[in-house]
Amino acid sequence: MRQLVFCLLSVVFLIITDLTPAAARNLQAVLMENLKSIERPSRRTVGDTIENLFNSGVDGVPRFLQKWRDKKVWLLKENKTLFYGSDKRGDIELIHIVTGKVLGSFSSRAAKQIKPNSGVRSVIDSALVRFQLSDPDPKVRGTALQTLERNADAKQLKPLRDSVASETDLSLKARKKRLERLLTISFGQSIPERVIAIKHFEGDVGIDLRAALNPLLSTTTIVAAELPKDKNIARQLQIGIDISKAEAHAKLASRGLAPQPLVKSARDAAIIANAADGKVEGVALGALNTEAAREKIYRTLVNAGKAAPFLNPRGLEDLLQKYIFFEIYTEPDPRITDAALNGLTSINAAVNLNQALDLGLDALSLASIYFLAAIGLAITFGVMRVINMAHGEFIMMGAYTGYLVQQLIPNYTISIVIALPLAFAVTFAAGVILERLVIRHLMHRPLETLLATFGISIALQQLAKNMFGTQAVPLTAPSWLDGSLIFNDIVSISYIRIAIFFLAAAFCLLLLYILRRTRLGLEVRAVTQNPLMASSMGINPDRINMLTFGLGSGIAGIAGVAIGLFAQVSSELGANYIVQSFMTVVVGGVGSIVGTLAGAGMIGSLQKVIEWFNPSNTLAAQTYMIIFVIIFIQFRPRGIIAIKGRAAEE
Amino acid sequence: MFGRSTTIEKPRSFFMKNPSVFIFIAALSVITVVTTLLSEALGLGLLSTSFIKLLGKTLCLCLIAIAMDLVWGYCGILSLGHFAFFGLGGYMIGMWLMYERTKDIVINSLSSQVLPPTPIEIQDAIGTQIFGVVGGSEIPAIWFFADSLSAQLALVVLVPGLLALLFGWLAFRSRVTGVYLSILTQAMTLALALYLFQNDSGLRGNNGLSGLQNIPGLEEIPQSFISIWFLWGSALALGLGYLLAAWVVSGKFGNIIRGIRDDEARVRFLGYPVETYKLFIFTLTAVIAAVAGALYYPQAGIVNPVELAPIASIYLAVWVAIGGRGRLYGAVIGAALVSLLSSAFTGGQVPDLPLGFVLLQWVDWWTVFLGFGFVLVTLYAPQGLGGLVDRFIRNGGYK
Repeated sequence: MRQLVFCLLSVVFLIITDLTPAAARNLQAVLMENLKSIERPSRRTVGDTIENLFNSGVDGVPRFLQKWRDKKVWLLKENKTLFYGSDKRGDIELIHIVTGKVLGSFSSRAAKQIKPNSGVRSVIDSALVRFQLSDPDPKVRGTALQTLERNADAKQLKPLRDSVASETDLSLKARKKRLERLLTISFGQSIPERVIAIKHFEGDVGIDLRAALNPLLSTTTIVAAELPKDKNIARQLQIGIDISKAEAHAKLASRGLAPQPLVKSARDAAIIANAADGKVEGVALGALNTEAAREKIYRTLVNAGKAAPFLNPRGLEDLLQKYIFFEIYTEPDPRITDAALNGLTSINAAVNLNQALDLGLDALSLASIYFLAAIGLAITFGVMRVINMAHGEFIMMGAYTGYLVQQLIPNYTISIVIALPLAFAVTFAAGVILERLVIRHLMHRPLETLLATFGISIALQQLAKNMFGTQAVPLTAPSWLDGSLIFNDIVSISYIRIAIFFLAAAFCLLLLYILRRTRLGLEVRAVTQNPLMASSMGINPDRINMLTFGLGSGIAGIAGVAIGLFAQVSSELGANYIVQSFMTVVVGGVGSIVGTLAGAGMIGSLQKVIEWFNPSNTLAAQTYMIIFVIIFIQFRPRGIIAIKGRAAEE
Repeated sequence: MFGRSTTIEKPRSFFMKNPSVFIFIAALSVITVVTTLLSEALGLGLLSTSFIKLLGKTLCLCLIAIAMDLVWGYCGILSLGHFAFFGLGGYMIGMWLMYERTKDIVINSLSSQVLPPTPIEIQDAIGTQIFGVVGGSEIPAIWFFADSLSAQLALVVLVPGLLALLFGWLAFRSRVTGVYLSILTQAMTLALALYLFQNDSGLRGNNGLSGLQNIPGLEEIPQSFISIWFLWGSALALGLGYLLAAWVVSGKFGNIIRGIRDDEARVRFLGYPVETYKLFIFTLTAVIAAVAGALYYPQAGIVNPVELAPIASIYLAVWVAIGGRGRLYGAVIGAALVSLLSSAFTGGQVPDLPLGFVLLQWVDWWTVFLGFGFVLVTLYAPQGLGGLVDRFIRNGGYK
């Protein structure tokens, strides 16, 4: 029926090329009523205009708003009528708003484009959201919901509620429901309704929920002679504990209840203003080189009426006795604030728990990195009593191996799969060469191996700088390791760190297997305990030393690839981890895989816990950690897992 | 292991037993006097002020090398943290230098205002001037003595000395030895450096203390003269330090600490309180290092936490190892030679070496050669250059 009317209308329209005002009240007519504010909208008034359009109850308002927002509404100058239009290279093609008939092309002089500014457009956008919430396209619904989640007002609560029931997409429905509850907290009609909405979220840790609750508890500080009855009072402030005397004084002064506090610069300016011939009140300016002298002169000036009075400490004390300071909630109803307070308490408990969980995950990931970096060091130290200062540079070597492989093989997955064994092979070879050429000759001078390997370390580091430059290079993780495993707004861990954890776990098990279940492991343990006895049993300690050193260095290479995946590869990569690795070995106990595991766990979690107390300062965390290690050594000089028996004493 | 003497020593005077002390002090005096005569300030002007400063700084490095030789070469404690004491000494003197100089500047600039400045105003202005760079304006409590030269000079000795005493007491009483101890000392200097890197450490974070070459009250005197004074001061300190070290290692005390180096357990079984001896040597050398630092940094002009990084202390061990442990002149030779060569090669003063196919740039390659060279010295000349000198003298003497 309606379409029939439209057809008829369009026929009429075509004939007389004008709209008959006699037609039923349609969109065009409503628009004409509001023409002035549509033509020149302002951010302030456009909300009312949009409300007028909606209240008129005519069809097509959302479509019009959309066109208006997109600057596709034109005003035909000759009859002051609005049309939809599009600019076709200077010629404007106008379309009738109600009928959709093409009116024809007009020159750009005949029609004026309506251009709402960005402020107006954003108001239109938020008005449109309520229609988009029920849009048939789930994408549009999603976008609209996102807009609402970021910024919503009271008017949008009802359309949101209306759209929940008809929602078909399950995830969108869940989001809509959650948002509906959140908006009810802020904009609900009745107090009980809002309280119920707050209680609904008990134990939730979402950031959006905290953002909704916190404004409910915002307070302002008030000073008065006594507590008002009709206000929602948060708490009374104790002077000196909750509010400093200076702040209280400033508060009193701002209410006009006390003279302004004396500012030193104002005092000095007053003294200078009253000075003449280098003297003020008979005192030479040159003598005013202490605070006490200046205060005395100022007091004289006040008594003479030449300067503004100020409050002395005693007067302030008396005044503070007379008034009480307290905070009141902006939210007038105590039922809401109580519910919000309770809600936030339970939220904070849940947040703390989740933060502890997140901290645990962080510590675990840091521990696995330290374990990978330190285990090679622990093995060589355990078996050969040799500290390899170049261990950090082996880590760097592994990382650069990974980088070079990626230069040759562009596929990140394949290149990582190749890089891991290759890095092991390269650093294994480097370790064996180092052992053959240097360490072997210094076996009985452990302090000198420390220094000789340090020489290797600085040489390798500088070589890396010469070859690869001082600029850090990236080692890119395959795309399936991008992103994080997110449990909720607080607990999350990146996939790279999970992968490193499994890598560390795998190597821990592998090494345990090699040392406890294989022939090589048996021989290694024999050499660790007593090299002379072992060699008389037919074991070649020389070969064992070489293999152990190679194995320890090889794991350093693997650790290098792992570290390179989340940190940039540079010549200082290894040096950044070497001291932590030493700490891990020292704390864990020498020559024991389980000990190194314990040491890495302890150092990693300790560092994270200290960082948690002082999150802005990782430097301080490392300082305190090292101090802790020094003290720890007092109580367990040989580490957590100490080798017992005769072999321990050299 | 080394430095053992098989001849039975008859009671002789200290200098007779240690002829190297004579030679060393004579050589040091000659170098100082000749340098002074060739300097811009007093003599012919053949040596630039910056070169004089380099020499003065090198003398300070020689002094800390003597300390390192005492603790490592004679007592067997490979400390990888002695530069922490050196840096702390520099910080302590730097606090006075910076405070006094800033105070002079502040009083100067405030003197133009109508009212004469009050002590509080001066304090505030100094605080803003010094700590503005790390976003503070309050003078931290640790600067309490910064106004007094004598107090800060006492702190130069006390702060590193007490730190060494505390650390050494903790470490030695729990029988931490060998590489463990080396790593712990390294951790100590790293912890200190990381602490100083923080902006709220009260010592200007990574900016460190700067402008130390300007001595308060001596603004009128040109740097060329001040550099000579510091050269003489450093030479005097080095001479005294050498004497002190030579005296400590001679006689019975020296024998005991050498014994600790060679076999700690046996010395303990003989009834000597090994921990006390080690603690004494550790603290004494820390104090010597601090004095060296207090002389070094006014010549360098700036002290910052980078100076305390573990690498510096390891280089110190490298100098002593190359020079030759267990002989004091070895440490001096090593420190002077390696530090001077390093600054020459990395400073771009040595022409690059064309090798036909590639141009060898010393700035890039010096560290590589130093590293590998050091490995070679450790492997084939464990006694260092001093050992070569000894061998030469012995061969010459017996032929």
